Parts: sequence; structure tokens; C-alpha cells
Amino acid sequence: MDAVASQQPLSVIDSPDYQTDPSRYRHWKLSFDGPIATLTMDVAEDGGIRPGYKLKLNSYDLGVDIELHDALQRIRFEHPEVRSVIISSAKNRVFCSGANIYMLGLSSHAWKVNFCKFTNETRNGIEDSSAHSGLKFIAACNGTTAGGGYELALACDEIILIDDRSSAVSLPELPLLGVLPGTGGLTRVTDKRHVRRDHADMFCTNPDGVRGQRAKDWRLVDDVVKPQQFADHVKQRAHELAKQSDRPADARGISLTPLKRTADEAGLHYKYVDAQLDRQARTVTLIVRAPKSVVEYTVETAFAAGVSWWPLQMARELDDAILTLRTSELGLGLWILKTAGNPDSVLVMDKFILSHQSNWFVREVLGMLRRTFARLDVTSRSMFAIVEPGSCFAGTLLELALAADRVYMHDAEEASSPSFVMLSEMNFGALPMVNHLSRLASRFYRDAAQLDPLRARIGVKLSARDALEAGLATAAPDDLDWEDEIRQAIELRTAQSPDALTGLEANLRFGGAETLETRIFGRLSAWQNWIFIRPNAVGANGALKVYGTGAPVKFNWERV
Amino acid sequence: MINYTEKIPNNVDLGRDRVLQRALEHWQPAYLGWWYDMGPNETHNYHVYLRTAVSVEPDGWARFGYVQMPEYRWGIFLQPRDEKRQVNFGTHKGEPAWQEVPGEYRSTLRRVIVTQGDTEPASVEQQRMLGASCPSMYDLRNIFQVNVEEGRHLWAMVYLLHRYFGRDGREEAEALLERRSGDADNPRILGAFNEPTPDWLSFYMFTFFTDRDGKFQLCALAESGFDPLARTCRFMLTEEAHHMFVGETGVSRIIQRTCEVMKENKVDDPSDVRALGVIDLPTIQKYINFHYSVTLDLYGSDVSSNAANYYTSGLKGRFEETKIDDDHLLIDAQYPVSEVIGDKIVAKNVPALTALNERLRDDYIKEIEAGLGRWQRVIDKVGIPYRLTLPHKAFHRAIGNFAGRWISTSGEVLTEEVWKKRESEWLPSDSDRAYVQSLMAGRVVEPGKFANWISPPLRGINHQALNFEYVRFN
Repeated sequence: MDAVASQQPLSVIDSPDYQTDPSRYRHWKLSFDGPIATLTMDVAEDGGIRPGYKLKLNSYDLGVDIELHDALQRIRFEHPEVRSVIISSAKNRVFCSGANIYMLGLSSHAWKVNFCKFTNETRNGIEDSSAHSGLKFIAACNGTTAGGGYELALACDEIILIDDRSSAVSLPELPLLGVLPGTGGLTRVTDKRHVRRDHADMFCTNPDGVRGQRAKDWRLVDDVVKPQQFADHVKQRAHELAKQSDRPADARGISLTPLKRTADEAGLHYKYVDAQLDRQARTVTLIVRAPKSVVEYTVETAFAAGVSWWPLQMARELDDAILTLRTSELGLGLWILKTAGNPDSVLVMDKFILSHQSNWFVREVLGMLRRTFARLDVTSRSMFAIVEPGSCFAGTLLELALAADRVYMHDAEEASSPSFVMLSEMNFGALPMVNHLSRLASRFYRDAAQLDPLRARIGVKLSARDALEAGLATAAPDDLDWEDEIRQAIELRTAQSPDALTGLEANLRFGGAETLETRIFGRLSAWQNWIFIRPNAVGANGALKVYGTGAPVKFNWERV
Repeated sequence: MINYTEKIPNNVDLGRDRVLQRALEHWQPAYLGWWYDMGPNETHNYHVYLRTAVSVEPDGWARFGYVQMPEYRWGIFLQPRDEKRQVNFGTHKGEPAWQEVPGEYRSTLRRVIVTQGDTEPASVEQQRMLGASCPSMYDLRNIFQVNVEEGRHLWAMVYLLHRYFGRDGREEAEALLERRSGDADNPRILGAFNEPTPDWLSFYMFTFFTDRDGKFQLCALAESGFDPLARTCRFMLTEEAHHMFVGETGVSRIIQRTCEVMKENKVDDPSDVRALGVIDLPTIQKYINFHYSVTLDLYGSDVSSNAANYYTSGLKGRFEETKIDDDHLLIDAQYPVSEVIGDKIVAKNVPALTALNERLRDDYIKEIEAGLGRWQRVIDKVGIPYRLTLPHKAFHRAIGNFAGRWISTSGEVLTEEVWKKRESEWLPSDSDRAYVQSLMAGRVVEPGKFANWISPPLRGINHQALNFEYVRFN
């Protein structure tokens, strides 16, 4: 019997907590030395987030990755002086052996998929910070670097492997477990490291992996270094990478204090974000609020507001809500996205953020917004944005509507405060999706004929009819139709196949050209999730199921 | 602004329903435009003695009086609501009947309503030229009655589209006025409704056979879990009965007249009968064969997953669903369906859920058999030795298991060549049709007078005399 899978589905109340802080870490040590931060993995065997398995050999589960995600956030916001990050291990002769196999064997399909999604996002976050924030990452692989361990290394800018004649990098998922290196491994080996495909084929089918000079020759690592020189070499490379960064040497960070949050039967409640559950209708209404009053910020006052500054607090709350809802409340398949507040406050904020990107803090806040909205694009829930009188789909918050599968706008032009949407510069590239396009550019397939006129309407209140004409709204029912139209649309959506909808949405949301991220979420994950439900992996004699039991694997040899 | 309650009799609180008012403001003028173009030809300003429904009360659904065409007051009526009504079949059985469209079934319900609604204006279009060849003022009045009520049935379906289906519903309602029977580019949805109704024998046959399909479809929809649809259909059924009466008595009067002439003149050879200006019985039999077989196709495929889905979803039931003594789920039930294997027609059991079209068709056939029996009694009473028969249900079918097969009226499986050679024994030939139409070259409209090829009815409309002036031409 599956210990984890057999548990009751989670609610927001008993969901794993995505918030933590360094004082509570069980698996990582975070240390600082001037411009260099070191993240040392030292997984507590008995520290699994769910019962039933031991986290041996620096293997990880969701709890380990929640700490990694938190540590990255701390480095981004609390330590602006950090320019490069060394990721290493405190275990003897093991860097990291990847996701815990017993955990995967015990987990429900949904748990596995959600776990992989989060770990993928965290690794993408590493690359995001390297690309946008001046944070460079080194994987100091001081021992066996296997599976998800190598995938973590692949997310770094540089991989240094200890040359001790035994430590290898490997992706043994296929030969040992009958699954794929699904946390970006297969994609990064090719798209990022340009390992030749026949080498990649050899590498991914050999459980022992590759070590020493061959690992370097095949481009699997950047360097192999003898044990005696390893620590110095890593440090030297970290300092060299630090030189490329424009992070400030003398700035103070802001403290990421815990979010104030209530989780109850009705949902998740934060200051700016509210997730209201409707179990009967199987929907979540996710409301994001903008400030009521317009405040002109300076770099100083924004920094002084720190963790309470609206864009940061809102993004942290939304991030936490997305992660919590994704992990729990699997049955609430439709998220109804709503907004409230003063659109001018958002537009002023947008302008300020975009014109102060030379400031590390403002830049990090934009990064937080970018990564948070990008989570929506890969969320396996339907999303309908509902634009009503009183809504505030402006600038940054318009991204919620643009992320949604459909935008319903209440055409109440005769009302005293008719519904509207507003564009800001923020919608034209500062918050790209996983396909590296803005949601607008993605929506219109980069067609300048549709995009250029929109730029001219930045800051203008676009009515329901304007928005419909401009292609920003899906439908704009008027007063008489509104209620019934929305009810029926919601009922229909929630009645359709959840699997097919997930597939449909993933296909429609980030179309166009492929990027490393879209290949991970669209191609690698889809194949992995298919393999995850096939008997060759999870059947009674499947490779993932029998791993470690000594029982023989029995495959169905038919190719599908 | 339209004065709704005055112009449009209704029991749906139209005066206060802004959703409906908004929709009708646009649709009502478009409907009148359609009626001018496609309603009965050159009838404007006729005063016709018509029945109008002004309420659903016993004294309200049939008010008689002269109406100046086309100022008929097309109304919107639903059978009064039964608060306790439930969904009576399918997976939702036992839930309270739906008062709003369940979003999950929106497009299916819309399709069902549009398909039903499309037949209503179609038949008006098919019949629009018949006024010029009517056999009496009484019959002219009857065809107008049928036409205005088909128009009202269109209103009833449009009411549902307007009230419950938002913008899509309004667009579908417009499209109902835009399609045209027989138009190659924009035809009516169902094939039989694109065939012309060229003569009065066809008209009576159509109202007997094809309107009866309408009745059975309405009966099945009257069982719907979507209560407004069920209630709308129930009220429509009260009017549909009159249409079938027109058909049954029309054919009956033709048979009566033919038999009387045959007896008086002691003739029985069809050419002798024709020489006396009435329609010979074999020709009537061929018309029966034609209209019966074409109408059987309207029930759809013998085995249909759509029909199964409609039932399981609670959208469309069986004929007299609630009177049937079974589980109303049909999960394990079987039903026989016929198909051609080799040179035989063989019945085999299939899941009853998938055979609901066939079942409704069989229910229909039972009623048709009874009607045919009444016609036979007219012949028998006069003492003519002739038997009317219904062809085998596999004969002349274009939909379902028998489509593409060549089957005789008695159910023999033939080759195409043999079948085509014998076709004119079974179906009206061009010369048969030409003969029937030759009898109807002009109209008979003197009060109390009837064309030679048809007997007068037993009684007039609403207890009026046969020579009552049912239509006043101005």
C-alpha cells in the first residue's frame, strides 16, 4: 500500500509550509564570506517532509527543496553583497544523489508531478538570478553527483567535479529507475551544455555516469580538480565569477520576515492576497489587492518599506498562495482570478520599478514578480480572470489576466464605475513567461500590428468593448448576460476532464518558439509524467516500484 | 419600445424580464421580416378565423377570432411550474429539476433546442405556396393555423435560447431566421425539412407523419431535466395535436371521397378512378410509403451515442418516461435493433442506452399504425376491397443501419437494380405527382365549397358551420 498516496488529499490547512528560515533548516547550511555565499547540503536522514522513507546520501524531497528555495531568496534579498554562490556538500564523497527514490516510489502521481514542478522552478530560479540579478552559481561537486544532484549542478553557471578517481556525475534515472532525469537534466545536458547527442545517450543510459577527464571532454562539467586543490580552485572560480557581478559591495539587505497568513476552511488569507475556496463548485477565487492610495516612492522609501513594500509583499503572498494551493486542494481545478484597488497606485509603482533597475533591491523585487507570475503559466489549474467594476487589472496586475486562460470582462459601460483594464510598460517585456516573451507578445504571437497600437494606449482605461476589440478580453457579457454567462462558463470548465484541461492549457499557454524552460515544462515534464503512470515505472513490477527491494523488474517490452 | 404584454401574450413575466426584452427588441422585427418573406404567400391583410393562445388556463389557450395576417399575437407559454418536479432519468435522477442551464450541458442543450427550433420555420417555408391551391376555405384556414402555430413554436424555442443562452443563444435565434428550407447554401438542419411540400396531399401526409415526429421529439424533450424546456414542450404539444388532426382528417377525407366516387361509379382501376378527378388509392399508398420512410429517418441512427449521452445527462428522455416501469438509468438494459446481414434483416440486442432513437421510432410506429387503421376503416365502411399497409421500416431509408440498402416495402433485401426497377410501384413517380398537382390547379374559396378530390369534414372549426367564412380576403 502506498504510504503517501493513500493519505487523504491535503487541504490548505495541512499543506506543507513553503515558508521557512535559516534557523529552521535541517538540510542546508548557509554561510557568507564577503561576496561569496556557500550553500552546503547536509540532508538529515530522518528529516523527510512525509513519513515512510529515509533521506540517505544527500537525497532530497520537497522539504529539502523548500529550504533551498528559501536560501536562494535570503541570498537575493538579505545579502545584496553576495555575488557568487557555491553549492556543495557536507557529506563524505557524496555531493547529492538526487530525489529520494523511496519517496518517489511511495508518492501519489500528483505529489510527484507537483514536487518536480517546484524543483524545476527552483532550478530555473537559479538561472533567472544568474541572468538578471548578477548572482553566479558554482556547483562544487565534491563527491558522487547523481540524478537530481547532477541536475542541480546543471542549473549552476559552472560545474567543478572532484577528480578522486571515484566521484562521477551521472543521470542514472533511466537505467536504474525506468524514468527520465526530469528536473531539467535531459534538457540542460543538450540545450545548455551542448553535450553531443550520442554522448548524452551514452551518459543517460549508464548508471555509473562519467568521471574525470572524460566528464570534461564530454562537456558534462567545466573542470575536474584533484582533491588537494579542489577547495582552493572552487574559491578562486567563485571570486572570478563574482567579478562579473554588479551587485553592491556595501549595501544592507532587507529581512524576509515571515508572511502573516491565516489558513482556514474558507481559504488562505493574507494582506493583499486572498484565496477563497469553494469546494462545492470546485473553484478557488484568488483575489489580489493593490494599495488604495497612490504613493510616489524613492529608492530610499521603497527600501525602507522593505518586505512591506506592496510589490514585494504582494508577490511573496501570491507565491505562497500558488505553491500552497498547488500542493493541496488538488480538486479545486479552476482558479478565478480577481483584483481590487487603485489602478493608479499600480501604474505609479510600475513606472518606478522599471526606471530604477540599477538599484539592486528594486531589481530583485522585479525578479520576484517575474518568477511568481511565471509559476501561474505552468500551474495545472484552469484560470479565468474576472474583470468587474471595482477590479484593478492594471499594469503588473494585468499580468494575472494575461496569464489566465480566459478573460471575462463585465461590460457595464453605463455603470458609474465601469470595468476597465490598463496597460503599463510592465506588460511589454519586464515580466516574461517561460518562453521568454511577454504575456502580451505571446498572446499575439509577436504580431507587431496588434502589439504596437497597444503600446500607444499605456495608461488609458480600456473599457470592456475596447479590451474586446484590442484582443485583451475573451468575452464581454453585458449586465443582462453577465451572471448566467459566468456561472455557465465556470460550471462547464469544472465539468471537463482535469487531465485533458491540464494538457490543453500547457499547450496553449506558452506557444511559439521553444526555450530551455518551455522544453522542460512542455516536453520533458510531459514525457516524464507519462512514464510516471506507466506500469514499466509504477506497476507492481515496475522499475521505480521495486527499486531497492531486490525484486526483479519486469518490463512490458512493447514500444508505445 | 414594444408593449410586451399587449403584443406578446405570455406567462413568463416578459414585462419585467429585461434579458428577454432586450433580445426580443431585435429579434421580433426580424421575425416579422421573415414572416413577410417566407410566411404564407400573398396573405397580408387576409382576416383569418384563428385560434390564439393568450394564457395557459383552460379558457385561454384557444381563443378564436379573426386575425389580420400577419398580426397574429405570437405568444410565449410554458406549462405552469411544478415545484416538486425532479430529474427523472439518467445520472442526475432524483435531483430537483434544473431551473437554469447546467453549464456542463450548455452546448448540448443549445444544439437540441436549435435542432428542434429549426424545424418550425422550415415547415412554414415548405408550405408557403399551398394557399393558391387550397381545396376549401376551411382547409385554407387550417393551413394558416398550422403555420402561425409553427411560428409560435419557433417563438417558444427562441424564448429558451434568449432567456438561458446569452449571446450564443441570441445568435442562434437569428440564425433560425436566416436558414431557408431547400436553400443549397443555407439549408434547414434536417434533410426532410428541405423537401418541398408541393401539393395538398403532401401537406396532409406531412402533418400526419412528420409533425408526429415533432410530437414524439417534443414528448421526449418534455421529460427533460431542464425544466423550462420540459414545460415549453408540454405546452407546444397541445397545439401539435391540432396539426396532426389536420393531417389525419385531410388524408381521411381524400380517401373518403375517392372511395365514394369509386363506389358510385363502380370503378376500381386507378386510371378509371383518375378519370373521375379523384386520387386513386394506390397513389395514396405511395405517398404513405414516401412520407413514412422519410420521417423514420428523422429519428436518427439506430445506435447513437449522442442519444445515450442526452439520456444519461438527463436532457432528453423516452416517450412517456415517467410512465415506464424500470430503473430509468438503463445501464444494463438491452433493446433490439435491426440490421441487414447477408440477404436477411436480423434483430440483435444492443445496450438500450444507445438504442433510444430506435425506441422512440418504434413508439412512433405504433401510433402511426393506429392512424393507418382509422383510414382503413373509411375504406372498409364504403366497402372497397383495398388494404393500406405500412411499408417495412427498413424500406427507403437514408439514415441508420438500412441506409444504402435496397429493401422492398415488404422487407426483402434486393439489389439496387431490382429495387430501382420496382421503385415506381412503391414511391410516387413524377407522373403520379403531376397528376395529384393537376387536380389542384386553382383554389376553392367559396364558403362551404370543396374541391372534387376531397370530402367535406364532419364539422367546422370551433362549432362553426362548414360554410362559415373562415377567411376574409380584403
